[in-house]
Amino acid sequence: MHTLVLGIGNPLWADEGFGVRAVELLHERYRFPPEVEVADGGTQGLFLLPLVRGAANLLVLDAIDFGDEPATVRVVRGDGVPRYLGAKKVSMHQTGFQEVLASASLAGDLPSRLTLIGVQPVTLDDFGGSLTEPVAARLDEVVEAAVAELRGWGIEPERRTTSPAPLAPTEMARAAYEGRGEG
Amino acid sequence: MATQRTPNGYTLDDSGRRVVVDPICRIEGHLRVEVNVDDQNVIRNAVSTGNMWRGIEIILKGRDPRDAWAFTQRICGVCTGVHALVSVRAVEDALGIAIPENANTIRNLMMMTQYVQDHLVHFYHLHALDWVDVVSALAADPKQTSDLAQSISPWPKSSVGYFRDVQNRVKRFVESGQLGPFQNAYWGHPAYKLPPIANLMAVAHYLEALDFQKEIVKIHAVFGGRNPHPNWVVGGMPCAINVDDAGAVGAINMERLNRVSSIIDQAIAFIDQVYIPDLKAVASFYKDWGYGGGLSSKNCLAYGEFPERANDWSWQNLHLPSGAVLDGDLSTVHDVDLKDPEQIREYVAHSWYRYPDESQGLHPWEGVTEPNFELGPDTKGTKTAIDALDESGKYSWLKAPRWRGHAMEVGPLARYIVAYARGHEEIKAQVEGLLHDLGLPVTALFSTLGRTAARGLECSYAAHLMRDQFDKLIAAIKAGDTATANMDSWEPSSWPAEAKGAGGGEAPRGALGHWIHIKETKIANYQAVVPTTWNASPRDPSGQIGAYEAALLNTPMADPSKPLEILRTIHSFDPCLACAAHVMSPDDQEMAVVKVR
Repeated sequence: MHTLVLGIGNPLWADEGFGVRAVELLHERYRFPPEVEVADGGTQGLFLLPLVRGAANLLVLDAIDFGDEPATVRVVRGDGVPRYLGAKKVSMHQTGFQEVLASASLAGDLPSRLTLIGVQPVTLDDFGGSLTEPVAARLDEVVEAAVAELRGWGIEPERRTTSPAPLAPTEMARAAYEGRGEG
Repeated sequence: MATQRTPNGYTLDDSGRRVVVDPICRIEGHLRVEVNVDDQNVIRNAVSTGNMWRGIEIILKGRDPRDAWAFTQRICGVCTGVHALVSVRAVEDALGIAIPENANTIRNLMMMTQYVQDHLVHFYHLHALDWVDVVSALAADPKQTSDLAQSISPWPKSSVGYFRDVQNRVKRFVESGQLGPFQNAYWGHPAYKLPPIANLMAVAHYLEALDFQKEIVKIHAVFGGRNPHPNWVVGGMPCAINVDDAGAVGAINMERLNRVSSIIDQAIAFIDQVYIPDLKAVASFYKDWGYGGGLSSKNCLAYGEFPERANDWSWQNLHLPSGAVLDGDLSTVHDVDLKDPEQIREYVAHSWYRYPDESQGLHPWEGVTEPNFELGPDTKGTKTAIDALDESGKYSWLKAPRWRGHAMEVGPLARYIVAYARGHEEIKAQVEGLLHDLGLPVTALFSTLGRTAARGLECSYAAHLMRDQFDKLIAAIKAGDTATANMDSWEPSSWPAEAKGAGGGEAPRGALGHWIHIKETKIANYQAVVPTTWNASPRDPSGQIGAYEAALLNTPMADPSKPLEILRTIHSFDPCLACAAHVMSPDDQEMAVVKVR
């Protein structure tokens, strides 16, 4: 039973990068059994379909416009997930991801378990910015919520004691991205 | 305005009804098109605008040039690898780094993988539904569908039972009300011409192409370490080759190479036995729909791609040659130089940017990206809810790139026209074979369908070339050459105080260039001119219209409230506004107001 933990969004657009930063942190902190794949999906839209179709369980981390107070965290399960992704699109990648789920369903490969952990963004239009403070402050909570969700699926994540191979090119890792040299 | 003649030879008339299509992309990006139609519903004026602001330039200033590729690959959802590759080429050019032959071959394989994947996904998942009526497929006879499929291809999945199963699957999906990828389409529109059996065959292959996607991307993981977001490096490719190894983490061994070889075989079979026959079958029903040619019969531009030998960018060394064709004169192909300040220039007279002198264009090395959101006097609506743009003023977040002052089309059709004019034997044979099979003259290429056909032929060409490049890599490895990167100039201490470079290439959707200026080991200026900026370009100071605008003119619409014809032509360019520009509004009706850093 393959499980996919997928962070989506764009780290170049402030809180849009939340999902990507959350899986980055999850991967740094926890080791998973081999049947679990943690992936930085970026904004690849339909090109994520091959990943999604291979998964029996899918946990998505993303910035979502729920209409909540900024930086509120929400967990949505099952049928509600595509609806939330489509209701108020924070950005174009969500149009793409809603299509991914629909295409997976058409292909008969919709993951049987589907959970979305989302945060209400504060700012999206700060191009070149990073996560806002209130949203960044939710990272720990979301990583722990992801771990709890996976435990509920019978998966036992382990705290890491050494650094893992990176999930995505390290040039764009959060610390490198925020610690720019120009001053 | 009423009637006006543009310097590039088009007649515009804005006196008729205005039709606004927003957004126009089925999946990626955010593009808006406004047209005026006459009393016969023929398009007489076209306005293309990107509703987002672009500025990777600003974000890269002050950063390490060796990291730029990782940033640029985040500016677009679908051409990640292409931006990364062109970025490392720009840095290598600036620093005079020559890459090893194997790195060149592996980069070619990465790019060809991208071509195969992008072109397939484009045809089946982003564009097919402009020609194929899914609802009509539900009424098809599976037996006749099977006969049709078997008459055009030896592809084994073609039994009556197979098509019946597909039909039932789609029926259940449609009845469940979750139309997903099939929503927002104009089912039953009079512009759909395929009989139900051809529709069913195409829908079946739509589903098979979804399956095929799973395989092809594995090549990126082998050579780039992972997919999505594979690794790249200035100086070569960051993958070790160790064929004797049983499978050390990350190294390329024989088992992985064999997997790549098998995927290449599958790609060739799928493209030649499914994609190309489908393309011909669909085109045969639309032979009289010859609209959408636009600039393709006049001005085409290619930077070229797939160097055979490493570090040689002469057009003769490129499998897809570089060049510019002007005024439809195929007897003369002009050489293209990304570094010549007279050739590529971007204008902003009709773009939401500010230049000191907006009558002039700027070469990307001198490029300026300073937003200036102001609307023309005849704009209808408000700044946050524009009902109709005023194209006499500024009207797009895209700049207007020009080659020696000319508006150009880029993309598969432009590449094929340049290759044809360069006398490329294989491509000429492909094009002539297709035209012969369809009984069409060469002028039929200059159309929306010609663009779609060129993409299919190119997909096949790239897949076969992948086989050659793969065999070349294996031969080099067997001969003992396992070098994949040249790290001699990796250390910034070895760099000059100041350096400029340009990296060019061909993204699946068209010519892509990155220009870098390095000062004291950091990025002083970085500009990217992406394919959709060329094609979706607004007017320039002289009033020349861009490729989308030209392609839409004179197209008759069956029903302007259901603009299928517009979608067809715009989708044929494979638009990618996600990278032409960046920040979109949270609500489709509003323009984003962007904070500049």
